[in-house]
Amino acid sequence: MKLITAILKPFKLDDVKDALQAAGITGMTVSEASGFGRQRGHTEVYRGAEYTVDLVPKVRLEVLVDDKDANSVVDVIVKAASTGSIGDGKVWTTPVDQVVRVRTGEKGPDAI
Amino acid sequence: MVSSVLFVIGMNMEEVVLNSGDTAWMLMSAGLVTLMIPGIALFYGGMVRVKSVLNMMMMSFGALAVVFTLWIIFGFSMVFGDSVGGNGYIGDVTEFLFLKGLDNSGALIGTIPAAVFIAFQGVFAAITVALISGSIADRAKFGAWMVFAGIWATLVYFPVAHWVFAFDDFVAETGGWIANDLGAIDFAGGTAVHINAGAAGLAVAIVLGKRVGFGRSPMRPHNLPLVMLGAALLWFGWFGFNAGSAVASNGTAGLALLNTIGATAAAVLAWLVVEKVRDGHATSLGAASGVVAGLVAITPACAAVTASGALIIGVVAGVLCAMSVGLKFRFGFDDSLDVVAVHLVGGIVGTIMIGFVGVEVGLFNGGGTDQLVKQATGVVAVLAYSFIMTLIIAKVIDLVMGFRISKDDEISGIDLVVHAERGYELTDNTQGSVSGASKGA
Repeated sequence: MKLITAILKPFKLDDVKDALQAAGITGMTVSEASGFGRQRGHTEVYRGAEYTVDLVPKVRLEVLVDDKDANSVVDVIVKAASTGSIGDGKVWTTPVDQVVRVRTGEKGPDAI
Repeated sequence: MVSSVLFVIGMNMEEVVLNSGDTAWMLMSAGLVTLMIPGIALFYGGMVRVKSVLNMMMMSFGALAVVFTLWIIFGFSMVFGDSVGGNGYIGDVTEFLFLKGLDNSGALIGTIPAAVFIAFQGVFAAITVALISGSIADRAKFGAWMVFAGIWATLVYFPVAHWVFAFDDFVAETGGWIANDLGAIDFAGGTAVHINAGAAGLAVAIVLGKRVGFGRSPMRPHNLPLVMLGAALLWFGWFGFNAGSAVASNGTAGLALLNTIGATAAAVLAWLVVEKVRDGHATSLGAASGVVAGLVAITPACAAVTASGALIIGVVAGVLCAMSVGLKFRFGFDDSLDVVAVHLVGGIVGTIMIGFVGVEVGLFNGGGTDQLVKQATGVVAVLAYSFIMTLIIAKVIDLVMGFRISKDDEISGIDLVVHAERGYELTDNTQGSVSGASKGA
C-alpha cells in the first residue's frame, strides 16, 4: 500500500477532489498547511509597516491506495491540480506497512 | 449643592424648565457615547495579535467600570463643582460628593435632568481613559491598568475636563480657565479628551517600554473586520459625543452632526490617498484609522466651522495622522496601536485648525491670529500637563506594583496568563477535562 501526499493550491482542492472521486477514490484526508518552495512569500502593509510573509497557505491532501493504483492516482492529482504557474505544489508517495479500519478491524488493502 | 443649580435660574431671571426635546436627545446621546466603549474595544482588539485580544478589550471595559464609579463618588464634583478659589484649575470635590442634591428625578442642569448630564459626561471620562490603552497593548498587568485608570482619571482627566468643559454659571458659578478665561474653543474634547489621551498614551508607552520583538517580529492585526466594525461603531457613537455636546436638541447639535460625518469622510479619503501613494495599496486598516483620525480632529471644531471647514480639517487630519504612524519606529517608542499618531496628532490638528477655519474667529475668515493663539495655548497646556503627570503616575505604579507582565508571560500571551482565557475556540479538538467544580454557584 502507498500513502499519497499532495500539497496543493487551496483553490484547486475542489477540482482535485472531484477528479479523485471520478477515478473511484472513496476517501481522503485534507488539512490546512503553509510553507514555501520556489513561490516564496508575499508582502503585507499595515499602517505603512511592511511585513514579508514567508509562508504561503496550502492544502495538504492525503490518500491511501493499493500499490497497483498509486501511479494512476498520482497522475489524476497532478492533472487536476496543475495551473502551469509557480506554486502548484508537489505530490509524493510513501510505502505503508499496515492499514486497519477502526470500525471493523479489517486489515491491509481491504481497509482502504 | 442644589443651590448652585438654582443659581442658574437666578442668573437668567427666568424660570428654567425641563425641555423634553433636549432631554430626549441627551438620553440618546448618553447611550451613543456608551456604544463607543465596545467601539474602542473592537477597534483596538482586532488590531492586536490573537493572544492579546481579550486583554485589549478588557482595558476598555475596565476603564468604564473604574472611571464611572469614581465619577459618581467624586469625579463629577471635581469637574463641574465650583472652581476652588475661583482660579479655574479644579472643581470643589465636596460640592457634589456622591452627587448630592443631583441624583434625584427633579434636579436640572440647563434644560435637562441633572442625571442625564452626569451620565453623558461620565462616559466621556471613561472613553478618554480607554483610548490610552492602545499604546500599551500586549504587556500591561490588568490590575496595574485598573489602578492607573483610577489615578489618571482623578489627577489628570478630572482637572483638565474642569479646565475645558466647566463653563461659568452652567453647573456651578465659576468654571475652568480654558473655557472661561482663555476662551479657547473645544466643543467636545479635542484637548480634554484626545490631546489628553494621546499625550498620556505616549508617556505610559515610554514607561512600559517596547514589546518583545517590537520592530523585528511581525505584529499584524489578527482580525481586521473587528477593527472596521469598531471604527463604524465609533463613528455612530460619536454623533452622541459631538452633537450631544450641544446639551440641547438644536441647530448647534445639527451642525455638529453634519460636520462629524463630513470631516470623517474627508479624512478616510485623505488617509487612503496617502497609503496608495506611499505604500501602493489602500488598506482597510487605513480606512478604519482614517475614520478615527477624522472623528478626533472634528471633535473640538464640530460646532465652530462650516461644512467646507470640516472637509478641510478632515483632509489635514487624514494626511498628517497617516504620515505620523511611522514616527514610533523612528523614535523607538512602542505606541502599539498609534494613540499618538491618531489621537494626539488628530486632536492638535482639530484644535489648531479652529484658529484658521473657525467661523468669524479663524485667520482665514478675517478673525486675525487672536483665536489661533488661544487654541495653541490650550493645546500646549493640556499636552504638557497630561504628559508630565502621566509619566509620574505610570512610573510610580511601576515602582510600587509593577506595570508590566514578565517577558515569558508576554510571549505566551497575556490573555491566557492574566485572564486565564482565550479569545477564540475555532475547533472542537482541544484536549482537556474539567478539573474542578464551578466556584460560581
